[in-house]
This record gives sequence, C-alpha cells and structure tokens, in this order.
Amino acid sequence: MSVASLSPAAAPALAGPGLSVRLGRIAFLALVVLAYAIIFAPIVMVVVTSFFDQEIVSFPPDALTLRWYVNAWAQRDFARGFVTSLQIALAATAIGVPLGTAAALALVRARIPGRGLINTFLLAPLAVPAIVAGSALYMFYLRAEDWLDMDIKATFGGLVAANVLITIPWTVRLVTASLAGLDRAAEEAAANLGARPLTVFRRITLPMLRPGIVAAALFSFVASFENLELNLLLVGPGRTTLPVAMLSYLEFRMDPTLAAVATAQIVMVSILMLVTDRFVKLSRIV
Amino acid sequence: MGTLLLDGVSKRYGEATAVARVDLDIRQGELVALLGPSGCGKTTTLRMVAGFIEPTAGRVVIGGRDVTRLPPHSRDTGMVFQSYALFPHMSVADNVGFGLEMRKVGRAERDRRIAEALRLVRLDALSDRLPRQLSGGQQQRVALARALVVSPAVFLLDEPLSNLDAKLRAEVGLEIRDLQKRLGLTTLMVTHDQDEALAMADRLVVMEHGRVLQVGSAEDLYERPANTFVAGFVGRCNLLAGTREGTDVFRLASGAAVPCAPDATARGGMLAIRPERIEVAPDPAGAGRLKALTYLGARTEYHLELAGEAIVAVTPTPLPDDPRRRLAAGDPVRITWVPDAARVIPLDSAESPAR
Repeated sequence: MSVASLSPAAAPALAGPGLSVRLGRIAFLALVVLAYAIIFAPIVMVVVTSFFDQEIVSFPPDALTLRWYVNAWAQRDFARGFVTSLQIALAATAIGVPLGTAAALALVRARIPGRGLINTFLLAPLAVPAIVAGSALYMFYLRAEDWLDMDIKATFGGLVAANVLITIPWTVRLVTASLAGLDRAAEEAAANLGARPLTVFRRITLPMLRPGIVAAALFSFVASFENLELNLLLVGPGRTTLPVAMLSYLEFRMDPTLAAVATAQIVMVSILMLVTDRFVKLSRIV
Repeated sequence: MGTLLLDGVSKRYGEATAVARVDLDIRQGELVALLGPSGCGKTTTLRMVAGFIEPTAGRVVIGGRDVTRLPPHSRDTGMVFQSYALFPHMSVADNVGFGLEMRKVGRAERDRRIAEALRLVRLDALSDRLPRQLSGGQQQRVALARALVVSPAVFLLDEPLSNLDAKLRAEVGLEIRDLQKRLGLTTLMVTHDQDEALAMADRLVVMEHGRVLQVGSAEDLYERPANTFVAGFVGRCNLLAGTREGTDVFRLASGAAVPCAPDATARGGMLAIRPERIEVAPDPAGAGRLKALTYLGARTEYHLELAGEAIVAVTPTPLPDDPRRRLAAGDPVRITWVPDAARVIPLDSAESPAR
C-alpha cells in the first residue's frame, strides 16, 4: 500500500475509492503498524535501556551512557562466554548441517521403511522443551561418564554434541523443504548429458539446495548460540556459554549491562542475517 | 548420429503394465512421434530409451549398441525435457557447455561449440544470462541447444511444445523440425497433441494402455486408421456401429443401410467417416435432420441425426447465396458421402485392455 493513495491531495474524493474502502485501508494499515510495534517493542526497549545511566531502569533516563557496554566488556565471564558460545555454535553447525542434510536427502529420496517416524524423531528436539532435553542429557552424560570413565559434561565435545541436537531439526526441516521444491528433471538432464551420479550431486543437486543449506546453517547457528535451557545443566566452571553467563549475572545484579550484552547480540545476528541475505534470499526459503 | 531400435520393450509395475512389448525401428535422421493420451505409456517408453527407467523385458539398441542395462550417463542420448530442466544456477553458456564438459572437451573447443549451438537457436546474444532471466520460448531453445551441442546419437523430445503458448507453438514446432532435418538427427518425440505430431513427425506411433495400436505416416493414420481408437484420436471421426452387407453396404444398428468402401476386410465393426467427407444439403425428403449448427467463420459444423445416430459434418462455410446458408436447426437434410470415404473398422482390434 502506498502512502500516496492515502493522501487526500493524490486521491480526489470524487475520483478516489469509496469511503468504506478508504476506512478499510486505514484500518489495515493500523493493524500492520500495531503488529510490527508488538514484535519490535521488546527489542527496542532492550536497545534503549542499554544506554540508560541509572542502575534500576526508570523512565525517563537521568542521562545516557555507554558505561554498561564498558562494564560488559570488562566482565571476564561475558567475554569468555561469548567465545565459548561462538565456538560451540560454529562446531555444532559444522557437524549438524551436513548430518541433517544427509538425513533430509535420505528421508526424501530413499525408500526407507518408517520414514515418517524417523522424520518425527529428527524434528523432536524442536518439540521437546529444551529444559527437559537438557535435564535428560545431563543424566545421560553422568551415566555415560560412569560407563566410559571419561569426562563428558562441561567438556567442549559434550556441549557440541548437545548443540548438534538443536541444529539437526532446523536443517532437516529447511533442507527437506528445499528438496521438495527441487526439479528432479534438472538432475536427470545432467545425467543425460553424461554426468555420473556423484557429479550430478556435486554440480547440480548441491548448488540447487544451496539456499536451503545456507538458511539451515544460519538458523542452526543462531538457535545454538542463543540457547540457554539445553546448555544450562551441561556447562561447568570455566566453560560457560554466553546465555548461561548472562543468567548467572542476573542472579546478583539487575543493571542494564545485560541489555548491553543483548544489544550486542542483536546487532551480531542482524548483521549475520543481512550478510546471508545478500547471498541467498532468505525470504524465499523461510 | 545413429539409429534407435526398441525390441519388445516392456515395463511392468507389479501387476500393472505400463508398456507392453513395444517394437520400433527408427532410421537415421527420422523423426518418430509417440502419440497417445496421458497414461498410455509414451513417456515411460521415452524414459526407457533415455535410461531413467529400466525395462522389465526387451532391448533398447542405439546405433547398434545394446544399451538396455546402461545408466543414463553412458547412453549418448540428448533429451529436451518438458519442463526444460535448465540448471538454474548456471548461465546459458554453462548450461549448453555442461555436456561438453562431461565429455572432457577442451576449453577452446567447448567455447566454439557453445557459440555455434547458441547461434543455431539464435540465442548467441544471451549467453551470459541465467535461465530465470529468459522467456519460456528462450528457455526452450537453451534446452534444445544443450541437447544438440553434444551431437547425441538419438535426440529425445518430451512434449517439447506443451509449455509454450498457442501462438509460439506452431512456430517453434516448425523450427525444431527444420533443425532436426538439417542436422539429420534421429529423433523420438513424445506428445499428446495430434496436431503437433502430424505437423512434425515422419512417422507416428499411436499408443494406448501401454500398447502400440498403429505405426504409420500422418496420412496412413488419418486415411486408414487400423481401429476405432486411432480413428477417434487422430482427427475427429464419426463412428457408427453396425455390420457390412455385401461389398459396399453397411447396415447400421438401427437397421438403416448406408454406403461404405468396398476395400475394407472387416464385416462387423464401426463405420468411420471423417466429418469433412460428409455432404449436407437441404432436402424436405431427406432422411437426416439438422439438430444444430455452429458457424466458425471459415468452417461450419453441422450436428446431424441419421437413423438415430448422431453425426457431425464439417464443411468450408458455403457462399452467402448457397441454399445451405439458410439451414436452421430442425430442418430435414440429405446426408451423403462417397463410399470410399466410409471405412469399416473391425471392433476386435480396438479398446481391448493391455495385459
């Protein structure tokens, strides 16, 4: 809807649409604005309060400051948590996306008995509350440590393994959708032109799935990076993710440092999305 | 370049038969069209030639080489897909060059042949575009060039015109035919559109229920259909049930006697008469009656009734002063045809389901 069509100068009353139509348009526009406001209000609040000077947030602010950003930077736990979260999310994405892509290919292409069941199983981590999955993993890790006589909980490997569980349903979901929309005739055309099956996969199938896989990697990374509940019981001293570090900080302090950290995260994820969108149009896939 | 031989090729899916013992011998440079309604097995046959479906029985021989058990990539066929199946992430030139790359043709030679193929389909100016930046007709021509550039032994066309709008269809059909003749391509084409098949093919193969009903030139099929299905599928046809008496009299089910061609061998069956072979004239004493007529500009269609049978006649629209121009629904008419235009087609060869 263009703004011009609403301005009286551009739409003379005689020639323009009827009153009820115009009222309808205004109501529709109001609804759209309201929806966006509801979606963005919390984000805007977080960003704005991160610049408020007083420790207990109140409106209007006494003054604006950057000191919470300085404080966040000074907190060793946040810096370390950020690095840990980044490492875990990257590793989990690097492992989970190829696995999930392979699973999606098998589910869509191969004639596997019980396909529906396997599909549901792979998507389950999205359906099970993460805190439940986290507790279950925690107990499983303790048991496994006994059996194998090695550390799993609070190790890098243990955390990555848990986060792979977050990345798999996203990948299976998005790559399955891409595969469903893929024109198989293109693969046949490649075979017809002399390409062997592996060449067809490398040169045709994979490039055609690229948007879905890139989107899967992005969502997997973000979901893993910002995950709190699953990692909550699995982290240990010296190896804490950023969301867990933020929760710990919140137990003792309520100042806008967290808002500063959150703002930094929002900026990071937004940049990631914008950069990704330059390569594949996310709006076409998700 | 080569020949294509199908020898008893069959495909069964469990109990169901998709293609039943198809024999076909295509000469070097010939264009043969598989024609039939959807589900008749024509596409399955084409895909068995390309190697995407493995026959249950029979042999596929390309240029003297038995390729029945070979995978698609080692068959040397060039297929144009119904959806064109262009590689969306590659430029026009890269699409066309893909087959050459797979054949390990060197860069310089490849570029030369890509340019040549694109010139052939008049797309040389668009070689850097992506498929989605092209119109449907242009995409079609890229698909043609991509299949042609590798000089396949057999050229396969799957409903090549079905995604084009009506105006473009005839034009592109002629273009493909011209290209195929000039390059001497041995071609197998699949279509459900009889006009397309009649206009493009040297020989047509009419299929139904997985079986070949008749093979022949456009004229063979139209003038001498082997059975009622072919008669009804290739062009329009009036089919009247009854039996032949003597040499040139056909007794309709209602008891009326009408003339028929003496050369037909069948006794019982269907009398097949093309609508344009039937003459209609106003006649108060005529045995027929005009139920309705449709003025179509160049042609006029008469929906007639003769001895309880519905008959359609089509003639070039008569001149304004012709008495036929004054005919109206309900008028009695005289319906005539030359005996040779009415052929008796045996019933038993038609519409028996495939096993």
